[in-house]
Amino acid sequence: MADRRCSMGRTLALVGLLVLVCHRPVLAVTVQDERQQPVHIPHAPQRIVSLLPSLTETVCALKQCDKLVGLDRYSNWPESLKSLPRVGGGLDPHIESIVALRPDLVLAAGSTRGADRLQALGLNVLRLEPRNHADAQRALRTVAQALHVSEADSERVWQNIQAGVQAAAQSLSPAARQQRVYFEVSPAPHGASASSFMGETLARMGVANILPASMGPFPQVNPEWVVQARPDVIMAGDSSRASLLKRPGWDRLKGMQGQRLCVFRPDESDMLVRAGPRMAEGARLMADCLNRSVAETHRPQGSVQPGASR
Amino acid sequence: MLLALGMAAVWLGTAAGSQGLQFGGSTGVDAVTQQILWDIRLPRSLGAWLGGALLGLAGAVAQGLFRNPLADPYLLGSASGASLGVGLCLSWWGASTWAMGSWLGLGLTGAAFVGAVLAVLLTLLLARGVEQTLRLLLAGVVVGVVLGAVTSLVSLLQPQVLQAMQGFMLGSTAFVSWSACLTLALVLAVCNVPALAFARVLDALTLGESTAQSLGVPLSWARMVLVVVIALATGAAVAHIGLVAFVGLAAPHLVRTLVRCTHAWRVILSALMGGALLVLADVMARVLFAPQELPVGVLTAVLGGGYLLWRMYRDADSRSGDGGRA
Repeated sequence: MADRRCSMGRTLALVGLLVLVCHRPVLAVTVQDERQQPVHIPHAPQRIVSLLPSLTETVCALKQCDKLVGLDRYSNWPESLKSLPRVGGGLDPHIESIVALRPDLVLAAGSTRGADRLQALGLNVLRLEPRNHADAQRALRTVAQALHVSEADSERVWQNIQAGVQAAAQSLSPAARQQRVYFEVSPAPHGASASSFMGETLARMGVANILPASMGPFPQVNPEWVVQARPDVIMAGDSSRASLLKRPGWDRLKGMQGQRLCVFRPDESDMLVRAGPRMAEGARLMADCLNRSVAETHRPQGSVQPGASR
Repeated sequence: MLLALGMAAVWLGTAAGSQGLQFGGSTGVDAVTQQILWDIRLPRSLGAWLGGALLGLAGAVAQGLFRNPLADPYLLGSASGASLGVGLCLSWWGASTWAMGSWLGLGLTGAAFVGAVLAVLLTLLLARGVEQTLRLLLAGVVVGVVLGAVTSLVSLLQPQVLQAMQGFMLGSTAFVSWSACLTLALVLAVCNVPALAFARVLDALTLGESTAQSLGVPLSWARMVLVVVIALATGAAVAHIGLVAFVGLAAPHLVRTLVRCTHAWRVILSALMGGALLVLADVMARVLFAPQELPVGVLTAVLGGGYLLWRMYRDADSRSGDGGRA
């Protein structure tokens, strides 16, 4: 009797063990990085260091924020990450601090010496550098795969983002859609052409960009050329605020009048320029600016003041 | 005596380098701490020393060869050549994924080295050899300016490389690995031999070119070899630690103020001094704003520049009107 009970217990234990073993999902995955190199990820990463803000945001959009243990100094969203250790920037990462965090996955931009060095030290480095909408989608998929997030979940996240961009596009009034935009990324001045990330967002909203894609993503433009191109709306980052008002001949540009000039705060610029999961918020900012700019024309012209962006 | 002092400073620098802690993880001697010490800090400190030594050596040779205390190892255009190499590499890297593969074998380090050596070759070509020192200097300056302008052009056309370029120009020892240390050590060993062998030529040169010639010194030969030494030493240093300013200029000056000696000693001491300087600067760069880290090139530029200014000021005070060498 005792013998039978014992063997039954043993069988139960065996079955239990079997169930346990079989229930463990297949853990190792291999993903392709930006250079089409395979990156082998033996188990679901639990300690992630991200060296690029858009990748940090991607991880959080996939609801894996809690797996992050270290960030670059520019990652500032979501707020909950504020307390995490900072390990330098993407170009000057603190190799020692990163190694000390014992990450099982490092997310980094493609062409940096730091990533090479971290890899040489035996860390698992996944290089992704999203620069446009397609890249952002690929990065989201790849990160999801690497973090063992199901394809359905990552697809749902992407669909939500797309719905947001779509909603922003649909919020545009017919008049706003007619505007031609100049988007300035730095006061050099460098503009964002149709082939840049912001240019793609504008294009998806059906708005014309004065800089064609053929000029490369961020061409340095001649200020005179912008005057000649006569943009209806000018969007710019905070760094351009002072210099925009001082450029000769620009004060009479249509795009410089009243609400037609949208100078974005640094935190808003982050949403606009980062090719990541907050592209819908970026599109919303652009749409608000465009809608405001055409609402302005029905009122008397204001003085040349950079319009507050919200 | 001074050699021992120099060595002691170097060892102090290396030791301090390994203890300049940035985080609280030093208590347990676990695998990660081990790795940080052995695979990151040690090669880094050693690399800083080797790079500084190469720059010091190249600086001493350059100042002797050109008989000019202002000469620095970047004089022959290697710095701007290296920047251009890095800029081109980065912009191609960014432009197409296909080019990436072929450049990957070479990497930024290789691009910088190739750029530096090609720039010196271009200088030699423009100066039609090494016969005339003045011509060589002039060609070096011209090559430096032109390549610098081309680099600016590349970064203007491809603004996305601007940041990475800047990172390189500021100089940093953070990414030095053991293999880089090995390369630097090899180059240092290789450069030392001809530099010492031709140190007598540098001694003779202090008496003036014609006197040196009349003493039966193989001048053109020596010049060629020494220029190659400068190119190799700076190329290797720049490729691994970026554009570190002033070490190559300040180290020979420091040696000259501390001790009067023949060029053989001066070259050795300058190398030791350069190494010690850069290691100390590197340690400071790591601990000043810990856990933030300064690019070491910024620190050497500020400290080295400050030191030189102070020396010039003091020299002018004590021996008013004497623009000669210390």
